[in-house]
Amino acid sequence: MWDYVKIAVYGVIAVCAAIAASYARDFAYQVHALIVMLVAAGLFLWTVRRTGDPKPVPDTGYMDDVVRAGVIATAFWGVIGFAAGTFIASQLAFPWLNFEWAQGYLNFGRLRPLHTSAVIFAFGGNALIATSFYVVQRTSAARLWGGNAAWFVFWGYQLFIVLAATGYVLGATQSKEYAEPEWYVDIWLTIIWVVYLAIFLGTIFRRKEPHIYVANWFYLSFIVTVAMLHIVNNLSIPVSIFGSKSVQVFAGVQDAMIQWWYGHNAVGFFLTAGFLGMMYYFVPKQAERPVYSYKLSIIHFWALIFLYIWAGPHHLHYTALPDWASTLGMVFSIMLWMPSWGGMINGLMTLSGAWDKLRTDPVIRMMVVAVGFYGMSTFEGPMMSIKAVNSLSHYTDWTIGHVHSGALGWNGMITFGALYFLAPRLWGKERLYSNALVSWHFWLATIGIVLYAASMWVSGIMEGLMWREVDAQGFLVNSFADTVDAKFPMYVVRAIGGGLYVLGGLIMCFNIWKTATSAPARQPARVAAPAE
Amino acid sequence: METYTAMRAFADSWMLLFLTLFFVGVIFWALRPGSARVHRDSADIPFRHDNEPAPSRDADEAARHKEART
Repeated sequence: MWDYVKIAVYGVIAVCAAIAASYARDFAYQVHALIVMLVAAGLFLWTVRRTGDPKPVPDTGYMDDVVRAGVIATAFWGVIGFAAGTFIASQLAFPWLNFEWAQGYLNFGRLRPLHTSAVIFAFGGNALIATSFYVVQRTSAARLWGGNAAWFVFWGYQLFIVLAATGYVLGATQSKEYAEPEWYVDIWLTIIWVVYLAIFLGTIFRRKEPHIYVANWFYLSFIVTVAMLHIVNNLSIPVSIFGSKSVQVFAGVQDAMIQWWYGHNAVGFFLTAGFLGMMYYFVPKQAERPVYSYKLSIIHFWALIFLYIWAGPHHLHYTALPDWASTLGMVFSIMLWMPSWGGMINGLMTLSGAWDKLRTDPVIRMMVVAVGFYGMSTFEGPMMSIKAVNSLSHYTDWTIGHVHSGALGWNGMITFGALYFLAPRLWGKERLYSNALVSWHFWLATIGIVLYAASMWVSGIMEGLMWREVDAQGFLVNSFADTVDAKFPMYVVRAIGGGLYVLGGLIMCFNIWKTATSAPARQPARVAAPAE
Repeated sequence: METYTAMRAFADSWMLLFLTLFFVGVIFWALRPGSARVHRDSADIPFRHDNEPAPSRDADEAARHKEART
C-alpha cells in the first residue's frame, strides 16, 4: 500500500516539476525544476520496479548503512569544497583565472558561496548528520528511530546541496551570507531538518541508558537552533511561484541584525555545538578513557548555548546598529572565552595519563590539534569582537584567516579524526589501511593551515594599517588598489596552504577507500563465557 | 503600551531574572555534592554499547526466566 502512495507522490512531483520548468521565469529555476523532475521520475521508476518485492525483515542492530553513506559523502564533498576554496584563492592572486569564457558562471563572485556552502553545509553538514546518527545510537543503546526516514534525510540533504550549488553558479541567490539559497531550497531544507530532528529525538526517547550523554545535548542544541535560525533568517516572499527571486520580509538594519544573529549562530551552533558533540564522543573513544570532567562538560554546554546566541551583533560594529546592541554582542563574545576554554581544557585533559598515544596514534594527534585550534580560534574571535580591535580587523583578511583557523583547524581536523575512527568500524575492519598515510594527511593539513592563517594575519593587519594611514594634512596615504597590490605575496602563500590541505583530503579519501576494500577484516569478538 | 516597549520591559526584567536563575541553578545542579558517582557513570556511557543496542526489556525478562530454569 505504502509503495503505491509513494509511486503516486513521485509521479505528481515529476509532473508538477515539468510544468514548473516550462513556466520558469529564469534559467536557474528552470534547471532546478528539471533536476527535481529527473530525481522524482527516477524514484518513480525505482519504486515501480520494486513494488511487490518481499520486504526484508527489519533489522534490530544499529543502523549503520546510512552512516557509511554519510562518511563517503563527507569525504567527497570535503575534497570538492577544499578544491573550490583553493581555486578561488588562486583567482584572487591571479585574476586571469576568472576565465573570459566562463564570465557570469565561474568567476570569484559566483564560486565564493559555492565554496563556503560546500565546506560548511556539504562537508560539515554531512559530517554532523552521519556522526550524530552514529553517536546517538551508541550512547542511547537503541537503533535509529524512523527506519528509512534516515535515508530520506541523507538523500534529501544531498539534493539540497546540489540545488544550492547549481543555484549559485546560475545566479539564484538571496545575498545573505551562508544563507544564499533561494526560497524553495530553503523550504526543502526545512522539511529535511524537521525529519532529522524527529529521528534524533525519537532515538533519544527510545534510549536504554537513563542519562542522555552530553554529546547528544550538543547535537540536539545544534539541530533545534539551526532550525530556528534558518526559518527566521529566510523569511521571504517569492516574486513568482515560477521564479527563483524572492524579497526579504525584514529590511535595513533589522535585516542586517537578523542576518548576523543567524550568521554568528551558524558558527556557534552548526560549527561549534555540533562539532563539540563529535569531540565529546570521539576523543574519549579514541583515547579509550572517559571525558576528563563530566561536570565541566555540563557547565560547558549550558554556558555555551546561553552566551553564543547573543554574540551576533559584533559583526555589525560601527554600522547603523544601535550602540547598545553592538556593545551587548561584544560583551557576550568576551564572556564566551570561559566556556570555550573550559571545553578545550576538558577535551585536552581527557588525554591526561594517555599522552603517550600522541606519539603512536596519528588519529588522536589530529583530534588534539583540532581541540587546540578550537581554543585558538575561540580566543581570537572574542578579541576581534572588541570594538577597538574590530576597527582594525573588520573588512580585512584577518577575518578570513580567523574563520579558516576555526574551519580548517577545528572543524576539519575533528571531522578527519572522526572519519578515521569510523571507517574501520563501519566496514568491519581490524584497523585503518595505513597509519602512515594518516600521518601524511596530518602534516599536510597542519602545514597548510599554518601557511593559511599566518599569511592572512600579515595580510589583514597590513591592510587595516594601510587603510587608516593618513599624512600630516589628514589625507589618506594609500588607495584601495595599493593594498590589493601589496597583498599579492600573501595571497600566493594562502593558495599554497589551501593546496596542501586539498592534497591531505585526497590522501584521506584514498585511505578510507582502501580501508573499506582491502584492510584486514575484523575478527569476530570472542564472547566471554561465564564460568559454569 | 506599545508592543515593543512591553516586550522590551519584560525582557529586561522578569525574563532576564529567569534566565540568570536558571543558569546559576544549572551550575549548582552540576556541582551538587554527592553527584560525582552519577557523573562518573554518565561519562562511561560511550564505552558500553559499541556493537549492538541494549536488549529490550521483554527480551531481558525472557533471558532471565530461561536462566532460572537451567
